Amino acid sequence: MADERIRVLLAKPGLDGHDRGVKVIARALRDAGMEVIYTGLRQTPEQVVSASLQEDVDAIGLSILSGAHMTLFPRVVELARQAGLDDVIIFGGGIIPDEDIPRLKELGVSEIFTPGTRMEDIIAYIRQHARRAQS
Amino acid sequence: MSATDVTNRLQEAEMEWEERTLKPVLKKTPESRQVFTTTSLAPVERLYTPNSLPDFDYETDLGFPGQPPYTRGIHATGYRGKLWTMRQFAGFGSAFDTNQRFKYLLEHGQTGLSTAFDLPTLMGYDSDHPFSEGEVGKCGVAISSLADMEVLFDGIPLEQVTTSMTINAPASMILAMFLVVAEKQGADWQRVGGTLQNDILKEYIAQKEWIYPPRQAMRLIVDTVEFCTKEAPKFNPISISGYHIREAGSTALQELAFTLRDGIEYVQYCVNHGLDVDDFAPRLSFFFNSHNDFFEEIAKYRAARRIWHKVMTERFGAKSPRSWALRFHTQTAGVSLTAQQPLNNIVRVAIQALAGVLGGTQSLHTDAYDEALALPSDEAALIALRTQQIIAHESGAANVVDPLGGSYFIEKLTREMEEGAFDYFRKIDDFGGMIEAIDAGFPQREIQDSAYHYQLAVDSKDKIIVGLNDYVMKDEPVQIPLLQIDESTAKLQAERLAKLRAERDGKRVAETLKALTDGARQGHNTMYLLLDCVRAYATLGEMCDALRPVYGEYQEPAF
Repeated sequence: MADERIRVLLAKPGLDGHDRGVKVIARALRDAGMEVIYTGLRQTPEQVVSASLQEDVDAIGLSILSGAHMTLFPRVVELARQAGLDDVIIFGGGIIPDEDIPRLKELGVSEIFTPGTRMEDIIAYIRQHARRAQS
Repeated sequence: MSATDVTNRLQEAEMEWEERTLKPVLKKTPESRQVFTTTSLAPVERLYTPNSLPDFDYETDLGFPGQPPYTRGIHATGYRGKLWTMRQFAGFGSAFDTNQRFKYLLEHGQTGLSTAFDLPTLMGYDSDHPFSEGEVGKCGVAISSLADMEVLFDGIPLEQVTTSMTINAPASMILAMFLVVAEKQGADWQRVGGTLQNDILKEYIAQKEWIYPPRQAMRLIVDTVEFCTKEAPKFNPISISGYHIREAGSTALQELAFTLRDGIEYVQYCVNHGLDVDDFAPRLSFFFNSHNDFFEEIAKYRAARRIWHKVMTERFGAKSPRSWALRFHTQTAGVSLTAQQPLNNIVRVAIQALAGVLGGTQSLHTDAYDEALALPSDEAALIALRTQQIIAHESGAANVVDPLGGSYFIEKLTREMEEGAFDYFRKIDDFGGMIEAIDAGFPQREIQDSAYHYQLAVDSKDKIIVGLNDYVMKDEPVQIPLLQIDESTAKLQAERLAKLRAERDGKRVAETLKALTDGARQGHNTMYLLLDCVRAYATLGEMCDALRPVYGEYQEPAF
């Protein structure tokens, strides 16, 4: 049987290079037993979705600290749904003002984690919602 | 009584104190934890005494301010002659928006300017490049050509106000734009002062905004140093920065060590190019973070000066005292600010700023309390500036030179910082230099490890962050006004760029860009060629593109 570990793709769309958070999360998820694919910096939404398809992931985590989240998060969701990634959860993190969160959720982002979130809360969220965890 | 006798007597006295006074107290009321640590998770002792500093020698370890080894500061009178420069980092939206903010800050008593550019500008893309979508004007000002730079500094006399520009990969292009604006104002380049960040090494290590590979990028930096030494001698061509290294998660020691080792790399490259160290070293400046742990930060700044003096004299044989004195800018730690109970950040910033002042900073940026949420609003930016003014005029911190000098704790920490930094220098030298260490991923991995351990300490409440993992409020009452940046800047920039491309002399642009490519290939100093491109209104993106065929592009290795 195939590996039943939860597979998470972590990506940084957009131009900002603030990868402290995404790298800490990558390590925390790995330590929690998940398979983590980190795309590196400056991936276009197209690249993120294509990598998610190839890697057969259960969850996509996006990190943006530049303020471009309202443009780039919805784009990834839209392309992912077009590509048939319907049961893949897409969550985000970064400097995201509270008032943007409802709109992002309407547009299909499943959860937003803002600064101060505990690593174990993110782990618990993925365990609860990821496809492979539920099957 | 001889010195040895005094030392022995003090050691006995301390042991006696431990036995008679300390032990009964510990028995009755144990301490709240086994080990106490700094923000960097470095352990600290209960008490420091002269016994903590064996072989301490006032003259060689500290000396007097304005004299080697500069532990007590680079000015004999500290801040009594001149306060630090209050230099608030600002930039958002279009050049029109940021020009207004600059004028607002100058009207309220700020004494120097500091420019934040948006991400497309930092990466060398024009505002209308596809990669710029969603990013234009968001975390800084959008500058795509001389036309934008003219607006940015409209009505600001560049001969009188010094300007700092936080730009790295395309630093020489932005410097060229700045100097052409100065030229058009009728200012004399020999008298224009300011600072270019132009520190590409910490980009590969921490901030990750690069274009070209390290060794090629170093050629541009050597060009700017050579150029400024000759043509703009009051301009600091590099601000060697630990700020971003710290923000990426390093410890205070790693910030200090990697930053100064970057400095060594720049000096070495310039010397290898044939420059005389004393011709350019006096214009190198540094930029450090000020984080939460008050004493650790102060020790870091004092150690930085002492180390740099040693490096410049022993490693590079610099003869001018101006080359030996490390000057630095400080910014309070953005990463320490919390989105929760944001007004608490005003207090954090005040403590961090005070550490910078007690550490002897030459200029200071205080973060605005709303920066964990957005770019600063006018109100938040003003409180940040007022914080510095209160420290300067009300706290008494500026009255005395190096007021913490001689504190057993501070002197011990300073010594540990110095020793730790030299240990890191040896490791990096063993790789063959900083660029080789970066190739191997050494500083990057060190920082990632520290960031992860810090997060574990916060998550486990080993480190308490007020309002974040303790003293949490369920329904926070405070609503603060946030600065909103919409997409109108992107639209404005696209229109301005279209107009510029239609109206400028296209033939002249093409010729100057070709001269840039050819000149770079032949190893000519690129600054003079860039100035010609800028005068012809070539865009930032075009200039960066013209060098790609010569230098190539950097791809980050996976770590």
